[in-house]
Amino acid sequence: MDTTQHSQNHISAEFHHHHSHGAGSLHCGGHHLLQIEGLTVSFKMYKETDSGLRGYLNAKKHTVQVVHNLNLSVHVGEVVAVVGASGSGKTLMADSIMGIFEPNAEICGTIWFDGKPQTANSLAALRGNGISLVPQSVDSLDPLMRIGRQVRGVAHGSASRANKAQRAQLQKRLFKRYKLASEVEQMYPYQLSGGMARRVLLCCALMEEPSLIVADEPTPGLDLDLAVRAMDDFREFADAGGGVLLITHDIELALRVADRIAVFKDGTIVEETPSANFRSEELLQHEFTRELWRALPEHGFKVSSGKIEGEENA
Amino acid sequence: MGVSYSLEGYDLSRIIFWNIGRFLLLMVAVSVVVFTLVSVSPVDPVAANVGQAALVGMSDEKRAALDAYWGRNVPLPERYLSWGSALLQGDMGTSLRFNAPVADVIANRALNSLLLMSVAWLVSGVLGFALGVLAGTHRDTFLDRAVKSYCFVLAASPTFWVALLLLIVFSVWLGWFPIGFSQPIGKSAASVTLGDALYHLALPAITLSLVGVANVALHTREKTIDVMNSPYVRFARTRGLTERQIVLRHGLRNLALPAITIQFAQIAEIFGGSVLVEQVFSYPGLGQAAVVAGIGGDVALLAGIALVSAALVFGGNALANILYGVIDPRIRKGQTHG
Repeated sequence: MDTTQHSQNHISAEFHHHHSHGAGSLHCGGHHLLQIEGLTVSFKMYKETDSGLRGYLNAKKHTVQVVHNLNLSVHVGEVVAVVGASGSGKTLMADSIMGIFEPNAEICGTIWFDGKPQTANSLAALRGNGISLVPQSVDSLDPLMRIGRQVRGVAHGSASRANKAQRAQLQKRLFKRYKLASEVEQMYPYQLSGGMARRVLLCCALMEEPSLIVADEPTPGLDLDLAVRAMDDFREFADAGGGVLLITHDIELALRVADRIAVFKDGTIVEETPSANFRSEELLQHEFTRELWRALPEHGFKVSSGKIEGEENA
Repeated sequence: MGVSYSLEGYDLSRIIFWNIGRFLLLMVAVSVVVFTLVSVSPVDPVAANVGQAALVGMSDEKRAALDAYWGRNVPLPERYLSWGSALLQGDMGTSLRFNAPVADVIANRALNSLLLMSVAWLVSGVLGFALGVLAGTHRDTFLDRAVKSYCFVLAASPTFWVALLLLIVFSVWLGWFPIGFSQPIGKSAASVTLGDALYHLALPAITLSLVGVANVALHTREKTIDVMNSPYVRFARTRGLTERQIVLRHGLRNLALPAITIQFAQIAEIFGGSVLVEQVFSYPGLGQAAVVAGIGGDVALLAGIALVSAALVFGGNALANILYGVIDPRIRKGQTHG
């Protein structure tokens, strides 16, 4: 990839690298914070043929491609929302960014972080050390460990005492900032309310002072008020110079905070477009994006052909 | 929040009350079953103890006297009630086979058995847990396959057969261990040293441990795989923790509950295994006494041993329940409100 020809700033809606840019998109150091090119994830599986023992024994291995040739980028200072139906492979994309692969998965493509091409090992080294994940639910917390200890996590590198004290301070600062009482430190995950759990998970991610946050469906189970607050927290993080990749099936919520929307369909991103383009249908390129647009409440909930069935059971 | 984080929330008096009630019910049930089983058993206690040949040449008066001694003509409910009321006064009855009070026979043998069983329990528990965690965290590697193969072979082998095999190899062929008993033959009880006792204990304990390890390791391996695939372990991974850190920080913590369950369920397994192992090694413990009592129709001794072993297993499970609450805050809370 030739990054040198980039200027620091783009004109809004300038199109390159398979995507157009938002007004606030920055290319710090002349490159993207995160760029994914041609990501393909497939699984080796046994074909389901005849039922019964014979079918079981004769089953042939075959490959199922779940994510195909996916391109995506996140700039410094922006929130990019990946929008699409549940079960379409969005989480696989998140896992790939975190360098987490199932043993039977085959991954192709290139992922750049901060201008450097990454390998599986270097992505693993970036976990909690540049890229942090905000998971979906309180299930991602150890049910038997007190919240405070859990949020503080493990110091990377040398676990010296000074480092520990530093992390404890940072945790207290984060709790204050996200209005978590100090008693929460002594609680266990089952005692948290939905809103508290969400903020605790965000604090876990922020403990590592990441430059990119990948948030995988962070809002289900939250009421609108809490979900909006979650979005505002991500916006704030991006405005402070971070990047956010927000994976969600809630396009309305995404439109509130995202600079750009990446529309995910059948294992790939069909369109990356500035949120501003959702002002009118004509600005959207892909037919599926237009369908999403028409399905928005203010445009009359028009659902054609039922291609977004996934939305309903999401 | 109104939630207490200490053990104060633990309603101890209620738990103790319920457990005592359950314990008494269990004791009654076990003793009734033992008495019923012995009374319908085809074993004729008189014939079994006097010997078939001696019985044939015996006068009718003598035979009637023996029948009375073994209580053959007393109906079952009456026998049970007289045994039960004596038990309530602290008298466990007399073992007709050993011609001694049941309490003495059990006390004598329990020392041997408890030593054997606790060694086997600890070794199989610790080793099984370690192997299970290792296998579970290194799933589908050579290590995992090796542990699994060992466990499947051992879990599929009858305990007495393993005992015989070890006896043949290590005692008969190699001569490393004595061929049986709890102390050297022909040595007076006073001059038996601790070393002698441990030397005789070793092979039965190794046998019981080897068999027990399989069970514990397989269960622990399953639980380890579950934990390592849990959302919180996945999240810990995305936070940059190494697998080693994850096992130490989250793995062991969450494996503690299933490990306790397995470990205390293992008491019953070890007890069952000890009956066979003691028999093969002629080791004078409770298990062997149970076999003698069963074959000889010695109801009082059999019931006594059954009660003691049921109490042991019950105690283990009760302890496990208490430990759950100590470890898991959710259970602690549940017991306060439920």
